[in-house]
Amino acid sequence: MPVSLDASRLIYDALIASGVSVVSALPETWLVHLIRLADDDPGVTLVRLAKEEEGVGVSMGAHLAGARSAMLMQNHGFFAAINGVISGAMLYRVPLLMLISDRGSFGERDPWQTEGGVMTRHLLDAMRIPTTVLREPAAVARTIDKAMTLAYSALRPVAVLLDRDLMWEDAPA
Amino acid sequence: MKRLDALRAIHDRLDGVAVVTIMGAVAAELQSLGHRPNFFYLQHAMGLASSLGLGIALARPDLAVVVLDGDGSVLMNLGGLTTLARYRPPNLTHVVFDNESLLSVGGFPTATSTGADLEGIARAAGVGRAVTVRDTAAFGAAFENALAADELSVVVAKADAEGPAGYVTDLHMLENRFEFQRWLASTRPRAQA
Repeated sequence: MPVSLDASRLIYDALIASGVSVVSALPETWLVHLIRLADDDPGVTLVRLAKEEEGVGVSMGAHLAGARSAMLMQNHGFFAAINGVISGAMLYRVPLLMLISDRGSFGERDPWQTEGGVMTRHLLDAMRIPTTVLREPAAVARTIDKAMTLAYSALRPVAVLLDRDLMWEDAPA
Repeated sequence: MKRLDALRAIHDRLDGVAVVTIMGAVAAELQSLGHRPNFFYLQHAMGLASSLGLGIALARPDLAVVVLDGDGSVLMNLGGLTTLARYRPPNLTHVVFDNESLLSVGGFPTATSTGADLEGIARAAGVGRAVTVRDTAAFGAAFENALAADELSVVVAKADAEGPAGYVTDLHMLENRFEFQRWLASTRPRAQA
């Protein structure tokens, strides 16, 4: 599977460095290594969800209880979590670090991902969620640290879009 | 059973316990019995009270956590029951007041009015301890057993579809949220602080 193990490891290490001890996730192809890393780490509580919106509740509870958390999900998982993000995390001013695989963007070969792909940024923008794109391995540690810092200073959700160039080691088309 | 009577029966027992309620009647009635800094009222994000309780229970295994939920909210997040059962935090008690109605938004009947059995659903989701009670004495006893048990417990409390006249109180959501967070921090074991 051409999901980048190196990039997944960089992202995971950056999450740990930023203090994350609770990770909630729903599997998606680009996230398989990340989720396995969390599962294999005795210092991290991995919560495998049935639907992504649950993860907003888990992160809210973890935050109130003093634990830093991150959500790992596909852009369609973010779509499924929107009500919780607005009426939970935003309404109650809870920091929420969302790592979202940016499926359906340039280079996408799966036709079923393309409709969501054109919506992702617009929905994040419409919700006024500070968003950055993670594309370069060299930027991973710093970007995730800055995203967590902003989430905590603003007490708001923050999104990091995981780009295909980072996550997927494509054979030349 | 009136939910207010059921809440009154356990109000003293909620001392020192992290309590998460859903919106509407449950939140307003619990406040009417006396607010405490360890009570958090999730006034929106319908369905997520149990997930929020799970997050607290996993992050604070030293602390008893009680979620006061409702049939409409649970039905909106049935998948969350499977997640609760999967991680089965022994310090979590999930109370579901089942009045077979979306009372706070006009009283429309929920699927528990046509046969959906929340205790059965909880069991089938993998919750080992689940019980249904129909009167205040049985509720008090079931709640006590659930708190004492070192196991995730679901208590379905069949309740009348009645609530208070209004739901807005003078406790702002954010005041409640920060007070609750400070209470949780104040009870954190020293090693974790």
